[in-house]
Amino acid sequence: MSETAIKPRIEKVPLREQFFQKLPVLLVPMLALLGLMAIGNPASWLTLTVAGLAMGMMIFIMASGLTVVFGLMDVINFGHGAFVAVGAFVGFTVLAWLAGWTASPSVMLNLAAVLIAILAAMVVTGLLGYAFERVIVMPVYGEHLKQILVTMGGLIVAQQMIYVVWGPDELHLSRPEAFQGSIVLGEAAIEKYRLVAVAIGLALFLAMRHILKNTKVGLLVRAGVENGEMVEALGYRIRRLFLIVFMTGSALAGLGGVMWGLYQETITAHMGSEIMVLVFIVVIIGGLGSVEGCFIGALLVGLLANYTAFLAPKVALISTIALMVAILMWRPQGIYPVVKAK
Amino acid sequence: MLTRLLSGDTPRSGLLTVLLLIVLISLAFAPFLFPGTKSLETAARICIFIVLVASYDLLLGYSGIVSFAHTMFFGIGAYGTALALNTSGPSYGSLIWGTLAGALVAALFALAIGLFSLRVKAIFFAMVTLAVASAFAVFVSQMSWLTGGEDGLNYKIPRELTPAFKLVKEKVLGVRINGKLVAYYLVFFASAVLFLIMLRVVNSPFGRTLKAVRDNAFRAEAIGYRVVWYRTTATVLSAVMAALAGSLLAIWLRYTGPATTLSMEIMIDILLMVVIGGMGTLYGAVLGATLFILAQTYLQNLMGVAAEATSAVPLVSTLVAPERWLLWLGVLFILSVYFFPSGIVGRLRAGRA
Amino acid sequence: MADNLLTLSGVHTLIGPYHILQGVDLVVPEGGVTVLLGRNGAGKTTTLRTIMGLWNASQGEIRFDDHLITGLDTPDISRRGIAYVPEDMGVFTDLTVAENMTLAAANAPIDQKRLGWIKALFPPIGTFWNASAGTLSGGQKQMLSVARAVIEPRRLILIDEPTKGLAPAIIKAMTDALRELKETDTTILLVEQNFAMASTIGDTVAVMDDGRIIHSGVMRELAEDDAMQEKLMGLSLEAHQ
Repeated sequence: MSETAIKPRIEKVPLREQFFQKLPVLLVPMLALLGLMAIGNPASWLTLTVAGLAMGMMIFIMASGLTVVFGLMDVINFGHGAFVAVGAFVGFTVLAWLAGWTASPSVMLNLAAVLIAILAAMVVTGLLGYAFERVIVMPVYGEHLKQILVTMGGLIVAQQMIYVVWGPDELHLSRPEAFQGSIVLGEAAIEKYRLVAVAIGLALFLAMRHILKNTKVGLLVRAGVENGEMVEALGYRIRRLFLIVFMTGSALAGLGGVMWGLYQETITAHMGSEIMVLVFIVVIIGGLGSVEGCFIGALLVGLLANYTAFLAPKVALISTIALMVAILMWRPQGIYPVVKAK
Repeated sequence: MLTRLLSGDTPRSGLLTVLLLIVLISLAFAPFLFPGTKSLETAARICIFIVLVASYDLLLGYSGIVSFAHTMFFGIGAYGTALALNTSGPSYGSLIWGTLAGALVAALFALAIGLFSLRVKAIFFAMVTLAVASAFAVFVSQMSWLTGGEDGLNYKIPRELTPAFKLVKEKVLGVRINGKLVAYYLVFFASAVLFLIMLRVVNSPFGRTLKAVRDNAFRAEAIGYRVVWYRTTATVLSAVMAALAGSLLAIWLRYTGPATTLSMEIMIDILLMVVIGGMGTLYGAVLGATLFILAQTYLQNLMGVAAEATSAVPLVSTLVAPERWLLWLGVLFILSVYFFPSGIVGRLRAGRA
Repeated sequence: MADNLLTLSGVHTLIGPYHILQGVDLVVPEGGVTVLLGRNGAGKTTTLRTIMGLWNASQGEIRFDDHLITGLDTPDISRRGIAYVPEDMGVFTDLTVAENMTLAAANAPIDQKRLGWIKALFPPIGTFWNASAGTLSGGQKQMLSVARAVIEPRRLILIDEPTKGLAPAIIKAMTDALRELKETDTTILLVEQNFAMASTIGDTVAVMDDGRIIHSGVMRELAEDDAMQEKLMGLSLEAHQ
């Protein structure tokens, strides 16, 4: 074996370039800092930042499945919002049944009720995801136009079914005792529930990273995003992998739905399509197919939406669009463009 | 002569011709054939939606581009006319400049979105337009000092187009010949002209290239067509047509608000009309819009009867409740995409052989 | 027991509107290296992809070890013991070398003894074990791709132009490695444009043109027959310029 063949190819990355590679991660603290300067009052800033992070985490939970599904099979599910709404409705129904537990002052009972509600929502939306993938998505693999139309159709039907099952009115529910109220930190009041949301979101992100980096399924997903054909040639059924990912993504959307519902304390059948706007913005900002990009995008959108809601409430949604445009000007494929073999 | 008027794109199916003639004649003589305010409202709505749906078909059917921003352009046209009439009074001048301004703004928006996101995949464009259109709808309802917010705008239009204006003293065929009738015919003829223009466009060399780009963008690019240019032009054209349809709606209703122009519901309706009527056939827009709006207006009554009849069966009665008609349309929509993507028109044309 | 491990008879493959394979008849004897030669566009890569089930044959049969594999899904074909090294190497650049190898061992955890042998065969695999595969050079990626194909014992390996665009020193290393692989009981079907390399390693040879096999036989005979080479290779190199 010749020596030249194995010479390591280590190139010195210039400092400037290193900075630009790390830049996406730095965007979040940079935006937070900008927010601080614009808002001025540290107490309000802290409240808003926690609110923004909580919102970002919830959007991330809902968006992560969507982006991985796209990366793996080039499928964008416009009906993803249906899982959010169904999850919220199932969760609320369970919580309503467990009203005794949620109203009890016992933190354990509160937690148990929420956990059961989340579990039920995730099971139902996961199964719904299975049905959706088999009936709606599978027949139109590889045909983008039909895919968009059919999944949109699925959304319409799912929303109507929510009306059929739960009736046309919106549902209200108060958060369990333990999640109500705020913690006062200096002059800043921080809602407890938002901290919970941040914790769940962060835990989920770390778990997801761990799975993607350290388990075989995770490796397969990452490999499949890059080159699905090669994954098949190595002997793995990518369709089955995709189904699993699709169901997981749907279940996560359901989880996000419950969390969002508890956050707003009001849910409607249309909540899914409303949130999907934010989810799409986040997925585009992050780079279609990238989990990490999706996470950063979600935090950026969450923070920006809360800051602008405080500073100039009328342009809150427009500001997220502006953010999307700015990011796309900088990186036309999103923050972390996904490498595709073909 | 007639073939030239249709740009050589005849219906190519006996039954289709008959159906189209029925629609045409019904709309042309609607005030006399179906007297009454509700039916005239329905007829005008059908005219406007034919233009709106056909302009969407220009994108979806002929260019293979999925946009969720079509109601945004529709709304821009409507608000253009509405704001002009609202701010500078009910003159023809303000009506015209408002309409033109609306069309121009729509064109600029479409150009920006097109240049920005048509380079990438169809899916990307669909997502970007969905986000932008939703944000726009929210923005419009926030700017209540200008747009009237959720309540929308009520305004006056030139007197000759209102019921207060009497063209002829006596009734003709039992119908009062007033400004409302004039307004209806304005809507009818404008819609007809816009539709014929679109028919001309899709049958021009430009339209044929558009289809080539849709079928194989890669190949078209290789042959030397600038794909992005064609797609962007189609987007702009479609946006302008949608804006003009919006202006017609603004004139007809004398009211413009988010619910009548910008809402996602209308976007979904347009999507349903195009797909059920038949993608890539402008005649599909005619049938799709007509059937959909008739169903929207009258089918719900029918479902009400069905719901009464089945009221003893708990789940079934909620399934056929009149408010749930969109459920069935959604199912029909999915089935159409799977089994007959060329819609009713495609079916009729295939049946001819 | 068939002594032909792989048999293609009358295989046609269509890619969209293009009729790429027009009745390929190919036999790959068990053991040794079969080289598939031919100009660009003759259908060599399509032949490998069709065997792998990545494209479906519209007509004809593919038999592997006497079992019909036409129409099977790619993962099933792979699990019957066929490995594939595509022309673009198919390395997962987002994963590390170690992760690439872990995935390649589809049936069981990596056999450490075999891994030791592979590391000796391709030293960069050991050197860059924890590096991201995206940072490897072209030659190293090629080695990784072949290493993935052999991390578990396979009966047949399809290799598509492993020397394409590589420096001579690496070509030599690759050739040596393939020669050593030959010594194990692995059969190799190799697509190659580099006749010099192909002739030193091949046992049997098949030449393709226009979607058909136009010559097949023993490599040594072809290597010694200049006139035949002229005829076939001339066809390959000039006739279609």
